[in-house]
Amino acid sequence: MKLNRRVFIGTGTAAAAMVAAPAVLAEGHAKPRVIVVGGGPGGATAARYIAKDSKGAVDVTLIEPSRTYFTCFFSNLYLGGFKDIEDLGHTYGALAAKYAINVVHDWAVAVDRSAKTVSLAGGSVLPYDKLILSPGIDFIDGAVEGWSLAAQNAMPHAYKGGSQTELLKAQIMAMSEGGIFAMVAPPNPYRCPPGPYERVSMVAHTLKASNPTAKIIVADPKDKFSKQSLFEEGWAKHYPGMIDWIGSDFGGGNVSVDPAAMTVTIDGEETKVDVCNVIPAMKAGRIAEMAGVTDGNWAPVHAVDMSSKADADIYVLGDAADQGDMPKSGFSANSQAKVCANAVRGALTGSKVFPAKFSNTCWSLIDTDDGVKVGATYEATPEKIAKVDGFLSEVGEDSATRKATYEESEGWYAGITADMFS
Amino acid sequence: MPLHCAAILVAMVLTGAARADLIGDKAAGEAVFSKCSGCHEIGKGATDRIGPHLNGIFGRRAAAHEGFDYSAAMTRAGVDGLIWTAETLDAYLENPRALVSKTRMSFRGLPDPDDRANLMAYMRGFSDKPPHLPEAEPTARTTNNDLDPAILALQGDPEYGAYLSNECLTCHQSDGSAAGIPSITRWPEEDFVVAMHAYKRKIRPHPVMQMMAGRLSNEEIAALAAYFKDLE
Repeated sequence: MKLNRRVFIGTGTAAAAMVAAPAVLAEGHAKPRVIVVGGGPGGATAARYIAKDSKGAVDVTLIEPSRTYFTCFFSNLYLGGFKDIEDLGHTYGALAAKYAINVVHDWAVAVDRSAKTVSLAGGSVLPYDKLILSPGIDFIDGAVEGWSLAAQNAMPHAYKGGSQTELLKAQIMAMSEGGIFAMVAPPNPYRCPPGPYERVSMVAHTLKASNPTAKIIVADPKDKFSKQSLFEEGWAKHYPGMIDWIGSDFGGGNVSVDPAAMTVTIDGEETKVDVCNVIPAMKAGRIAEMAGVTDGNWAPVHAVDMSSKADADIYVLGDAADQGDMPKSGFSANSQAKVCANAVRGALTGSKVFPAKFSNTCWSLIDTDDGVKVGATYEATPEKIAKVDGFLSEVGEDSATRKATYEESEGWYAGITADMFS
Repeated sequence: MPLHCAAILVAMVLTGAARADLIGDKAAGEAVFSKCSGCHEIGKGATDRIGPHLNGIFGRRAAAHEGFDYSAAMTRAGVDGLIWTAETLDAYLENPRALVSKTRMSFRGLPDPDDRANLMAYMRGFSDKPPHLPEAEPTARTTNNDLDPAILALQGDPEYGAYLSNECLTCHQSDGSAAGIPSITRWPEEDFVVAMHAYKRKIRPHPVMQMMAGRLSNEEIAALAAYFKDLE
């Protein structure tokens, strides 16, 4: 092969520029830079662990639009009256004060992977050496006929914590006597597999006290769901005759809604309802798509460190990641964040990188002191995050066990939120 | 077919009988009980003292004897599903803290498996309905729960422990808060190791902890113990 002089100079310059870049960085900016987009269980945990464990050797910026983050996990307990909304709100003050994380309350609107910069809605352009995306979920347009994001005030999704959760609670409290609460459940995969069914339980708990002749109907595109036998046992025990779950076998997937008329049509049968909670099909939070790291609805990652399969300097955590066997949950995102933080710190500072270990447990509350749980451990294989071992609460457990499980979930909430924000 | 069934039945009965012989020596067990009798009574007219009386202990859930004020740790163990069988009593008698960390029973344990078997044979005589207790399984086994001294001697790498501990901190709080989920900070290293191995071997109940400990190697448990002992 004959090298032409211009090509030679060109590649030589590029190579020189690459070699020179860290030196330039070192002069103007002594530390490697990590940007984390999204301040939930994935992003807040990753930012906190990288900053805490690198002891100032890495510059960490956390980009999160909300000043107060309302957890989506435990938001069903607010619907059930077991939590106040304030109990679910957390701020980023400790991350800034204790670990010198640069917390920026803004939207990330673009990622330039060749320049390695993130653009914010406010106009700033921030450079990174490693970028961690933990944007959670967005909804797929047109997933439920008749519903769009524009209808979210009439028919809330309440599947992101905060104002939507409060709106849904207000609508439940305003239901007419003997009225109908409808839920349109999502298809797999989606955030928090037991979430819709815990929500049904918590709504039933509230209605049992305030509106005991009310009914709940669930239109579900699936033919089975997480912890199904436990939920069905609990519904029969605590809320007999109140809940009608319509699975795909009975047309639960053939559903449309009319937010103006407040009607739901399930398998051709139209019903006027008081409240309609539409939880549409989901995809990765949109910044992942804008960064070009998604394939279909989710962002494929390497199991060993959560790095994107499309870009070695970008990592994707939590719900947005296509990682294998782990459910999309706050616990999973927190677990993945720690593996990722260890790998990112190792890549930037040379600190020791230990093998990936992942775990998840999801607790659900069915009624007062009636908690159940499901969990598993996972390992990184070349193909995916693969399940190793797991467990599930059993039907017919005694009340002391169920109460202890609920109290354990309260302990976990305090634990994970401290692990994210304190 | 009927012949086969009969043969199997005979085999089962024989195995049961043979194993039952292995419970231990009641008379020798009575002598061992002198180590317990400072705090516990057993037999006719036994009452609660520093510790609860031990009549009917086999087959009972931990902390289930009404009227006795158990420690928070023992109460939690009962809620977690700890049932006193020969297997769990054996592990508890060997090292109480392996099964019930922070138990109020300040007893360093019986290292000799024969002592434990004899003691259990003696105590078993005071259970309510001995005929209803599983004869061959599990009361009839002498077991050796002793952790290999090499496992206890492992020096953990606290740096690796710090990384592994991240996984614990999703539920257990680093400031030692203990509402709903117990604190695991500032434990003596050995207590931590024996407790984790009791979960790993599924003697100590709790589905999450059995799962988490189950996939930790001996070195990883040692690393965690080395890290947590110094966590402020």
